[in-house]
Amino acid sequence: MVSENKKGIVGRLLKTMLSFYPVMLPITIACIIFNAVISSVPSIFMQNIIAVVEESWKSGDWSAVSSKIITFVMILAIFYLLSLAAGFAFNQLMAIITQGTLKKMREKMFNGMQRLPIKYFDTNNHGDIMSYYTNDIDTLRQMISQSFPQLLASGVMVFTVFCIMVYYCVWLTIVVVLGVFLMLMITKKVGGGSAKFFLRQQSELGKTEGFIEEMMNGQKVIKVFCHEEESKADFDRLNDTLFEESRKANQYANILGPILNNIGNVLYVVVAIVGGLLLLGNVPNVSVSGLAIGISIVVPFLNMTKQFAGNINQVSHQINAIVMGLAGTQRIFGLMDEQPEQDDGYVMLVNAREGENGLEECEQRTGTWVWKHPHQADGSVTYTKLEGDVQLFDVDFAYEEGKPVLHNISISAKPGQKVAFVGATGAGKTTITNLLNRFYDIADGKIRYDGININKIRKADLRHSLGIVLQDTNLFTGTVMDNIRYGRLDATDEECIAAAKLSGADDFITRLPDGYATFLTGNGANLSQGQRQLLSIARVAVADPPVMILDEATSSIDTRTEAIVQRGMDALMEGRTVFVIAHRLSTVKNSDVILVLDHGRIIERGNHEQLLAQKGQYYQLYTGAFELE
Amino acid sequence: MIRQLAKSIREYKKPAILTPILVSGEVVMECIIPFLIAILINEIKAGCNMNMIVWYGILLVCMAGLSLLFGALAGSTCATASCGLAKNLRKDLFYSIQGYSFENIDKFMTSSLVTRMTTDITNVQNAYMMIIRTAIRAPLMLIFAFVMAFIMGGKLAWIFLIVVPILGAGLSIVICKTIPLFKKVFKKYDRLNSSIQENIKGMRVVKSFVREDYEQQKFDAAAEDVCADFTKAERILALNNPLMQFCVYTVMVFVLAFGSYLIITTQGLALDVGQLSALLTYSFMMLSSLMMVSMVFVMITMAGESGKRIAEVLSEKSTLSNPENPVYEVKDGSISFDHVNFKYSKEAKRMVLSDIDLHIRSGETIGIIGGTGSSKSSLVQLIPRLYDVTEGSLKVGGRDVREYDLETLRNQVAVVLQKNILFSGTIKENLRWGNKEATDEELVHACKLSCADEFISGFPDGYDTYIEQGGANVSGGQKQRLCIARALLKKPKILILDDSTSAVDTKTDARIRKAMKEYIPETTKIIIAQRTASVEDADRIIVMDGGRINAIGTHDELLKTNAIYREIYTSQNKEGDQLGE
Repeated sequence: MVSENKKGIVGRLLKTMLSFYPVMLPITIACIIFNAVISSVPSIFMQNIIAVVEESWKSGDWSAVSSKIITFVMILAIFYLLSLAAGFAFNQLMAIITQGTLKKMREKMFNGMQRLPIKYFDTNNHGDIMSYYTNDIDTLRQMISQSFPQLLASGVMVFTVFCIMVYYCVWLTIVVVLGVFLMLMITKKVGGGSAKFFLRQQSELGKTEGFIEEMMNGQKVIKVFCHEEESKADFDRLNDTLFEESRKANQYANILGPILNNIGNVLYVVVAIVGGLLLLGNVPNVSVSGLAIGISIVVPFLNMTKQFAGNINQVSHQINAIVMGLAGTQRIFGLMDEQPEQDDGYVMLVNAREGENGLEECEQRTGTWVWKHPHQADGSVTYTKLEGDVQLFDVDFAYEEGKPVLHNISISAKPGQKVAFVGATGAGKTTITNLLNRFYDIADGKIRYDGININKIRKADLRHSLGIVLQDTNLFTGTVMDNIRYGRLDATDEECIAAAKLSGADDFITRLPDGYATFLTGNGANLSQGQRQLLSIARVAVADPPVMILDEATSSIDTRTEAIVQRGMDALMEGRTVFVIAHRLSTVKNSDVILVLDHGRIIERGNHEQLLAQKGQYYQLYTGAFELE
Repeated sequence: MIRQLAKSIREYKKPAILTPILVSGEVVMECIIPFLIAILINEIKAGCNMNMIVWYGILLVCMAGLSLLFGALAGSTCATASCGLAKNLRKDLFYSIQGYSFENIDKFMTSSLVTRMTTDITNVQNAYMMIIRTAIRAPLMLIFAFVMAFIMGGKLAWIFLIVVPILGAGLSIVICKTIPLFKKVFKKYDRLNSSIQENIKGMRVVKSFVREDYEQQKFDAAAEDVCADFTKAERILALNNPLMQFCVYTVMVFVLAFGSYLIITTQGLALDVGQLSALLTYSFMMLSSLMMVSMVFVMITMAGESGKRIAEVLSEKSTLSNPENPVYEVKDGSISFDHVNFKYSKEAKRMVLSDIDLHIRSGETIGIIGGTGSSKSSLVQLIPRLYDVTEGSLKVGGRDVREYDLETLRNQVAVVLQKNILFSGTIKENLRWGNKEATDEELVHACKLSCADEFISGFPDGYDTYIEQGGANVSGGQKQRLCIARALLKKPKILILDDSTSAVDTKTDARIRKAMKEYIPETTKIIIAQRTASVEDADRIIVMDGGRINAIGTHDELLKTNAIYREIYTSQNKEGDQLGE
């Protein structure tokens, strides 16, 4: 079952490669096969030459045999040239194919990954996803560039040599085959052991890596608590286990070579002895050629035995690479096979201008957006102006079956209103925003956006109309300007700067060494958390969406700076529907509606004054009797 | 660099020396075996003296046995030596990082330290394995085969003196061309991978701005670039094989043609048939060992970068060290800053702290307040000597902090860092970081002081609750309270809370402060806070602004005299006023 599975992977990999290189791959394979066949032939001519020399060396008459020898040498040279040409070709082609395949696989993985639902990234460890691109691609490269050609070439050579052997003498062939069988058994045993330890080594390596990562992250805490000795002791334990496993894995791998090599040597001797016995006993030969057993058969046979054993040895070197390569390829295909995000929406967001008959669709950016809603029943199209009216009716939701996170959520946000969510961690605030932009789909209930069921809206258009600032800011490698422009790719520099001014980011940006051209790396590692949040606010500002979601957008900005940002935000939020999740109640106080969430239910709703008057949970939070997180 | 790395061989020196010796044995056997085989062939041809064949056969089997023994032992010692080196390198890296000061830690990024301890070490390990196995094997084989070829082939062997340099030169050219290419492309490859990582982390942003296609284009361009460079390098490297084949074939054709001519014209005097076939074998051996040398060379160069990165960490000297005759006792919790200036690195132009002159009595409670970037954290991090002052002096308990034993000082000055971290393990294990010998009662007592006991006892497993990596399964406020309890367990003379109650509600915050006042009155307490409410009842409050002390005074004094303090206070308390309405 497992091996069938493996065959499936190899088949699929080859099929994929063939689709990348429909011409080049078969040519390469042909070159490898040609080269392998050709390389087994010269030994025959070599033997022929030696045989001629042997017959005539005593005579010392060069002219008598010169034509024969020169012909053989010429043929030999031609074969060599052919082999050289084929070798050159397949080595070059293989380099191109390997790198090209890796590139295309990477692109396929990456592009497929862009289409995956957010759920995939929420439920999979990011380090694990990353290792598809690093470790697994590496094992794939090893397998394509080395193991496959080696396996193919060795296979062909073994087959060719086998044919020649049978042509000469079946008895000796049987001896060789028995020996080779022994070699295969040992390869399976030792190689299998080695593969087992290699996999174990990988898992130990993972554990050690996890430990190192945790300790490196907490290094400052370790220093403050003088905990260095204890963490060293913990590390030593893991490190010693890792050493033992990797030592065993490498020992197995290292020993296999000498074992096979010397079995090859012994086999050689056995063939020599059996050959001798056959000669002495005048055993009748069984062969395709019908030649009688003689020295001219036994001697080439010895050479072929060597070739045979050498090839088996070559294959055995590839075992670990193949085992790991198959595992890696399986994982890569696994990523490619992930179900992409589904989108059945057909309502589109288009630009419009006031025409004679109301709103008209147009190409250029007008600042007025409409929902274009084609009706399948009669083929007509209706246009609805984008206002930012969001209604939730009795929404239920669960990330996992049977563990509901939201119950009966009903919210009404009129265009231009500010709606705030307050509640403890895990109360479901962020979950609601995840449903609005359809990172996740609701289990039950309805969400209407400007009166349209959001399931009918194309996801891309829905998300274009929503601007989100998240608590954990993510900036990309590039300049500050590039990062702001991420919100709208065709924004001019002036528009980006205006957005930065609006959100209060301009002040610190102009003080950076290169201003807007400052290059950011590692998620803006050289900026403070507060500055990163300001940039991500500017990024949304430039996108200029009618509806905004601010999820703890100012949590890391100190109260003084927040006041400045707040002014920018208020300017930004003017006339927009805004959903706010905030840690500090001062941020949500001026909201039109405040919803207090507890365990996925709305327990209180109203504006600031109304809620204080209720003297419920909000009042307690506000007076500091409750912990928000 | 190599000397630096070689220091980590230590107890694995023996297998490291043994490996080449055993390999030499293996090589000798490998070279003798074809020699014996040549004789065996001659025996068979000479007329099948079965006794001789069996005798040589037994000899050959013994040789093969010896070769196997040497080879297997070499494989085993080599595995021990290389894995041992990797183990020691990992250990040395980890240990030397444990000895780092905060300044050293700031210099390296966490992720780069992790890579150095994993990928880089694996690269060095593989290269080292190649070196001790092949570095001796290939040259030895080359020389042996060369000598044998001359013994057997006589004049004909001169061809090797022509071909070997040609091949050597060809391989060198290939290597010289590829190495800079590979170096360049590996950097690009690293960048490609870090952009993938960035994309995965920022997937919510990508999706909410509908930038999937844009990201895809960016990635495709980068992947194309990497692919083009890799292909270029690999194609040059792929010349190695045909080049080698070409040389082997040339030698074969030459030896066969001229060998035959020589044998026949001299009637076997200058060369006989056995010698001819041995020559062919040795020529193959010689050239393939050259090939091996070139591959090892490529591998070593590639591992060289990794080696450099490891050596960089190993040779980094801690910027803080224990004094020669350290003081092991901190008298009391008094602190005195004497015109202290501080900057994080020597190269920095601007001082982070300027002219700090501050004297704190033992047992005092000090509040520190100020905006982001006003260097509050920098100020307190000097006290447990996490950094050294740049100018001026800092005394704790009447003595300069640089005179104390580091561990003594840090045990007496407990800091709860702003970016605090819990480790995977039970709550008990985490708390015992503060004091290994703490009894269960002491743990509970500390947790009661920090108001952590109330939620811990609510957990089904109580103090044995398992904390996930980074404290992912407790809330921010709970984490902070656990971190305070952990620091309290040290029973320090000075306790510093660096914005440690920001996620704790105001009521609990007040309770924690009250408990500290009652139960550890003699401990000097320094509290950095965002909320004025957290420092209101401190003996003195320090207002920091732009790395300088702006004002010192009590809450009431500052409200009257200090503009910054007043601004912070009113911005946070407007709500309170409305509440009263």
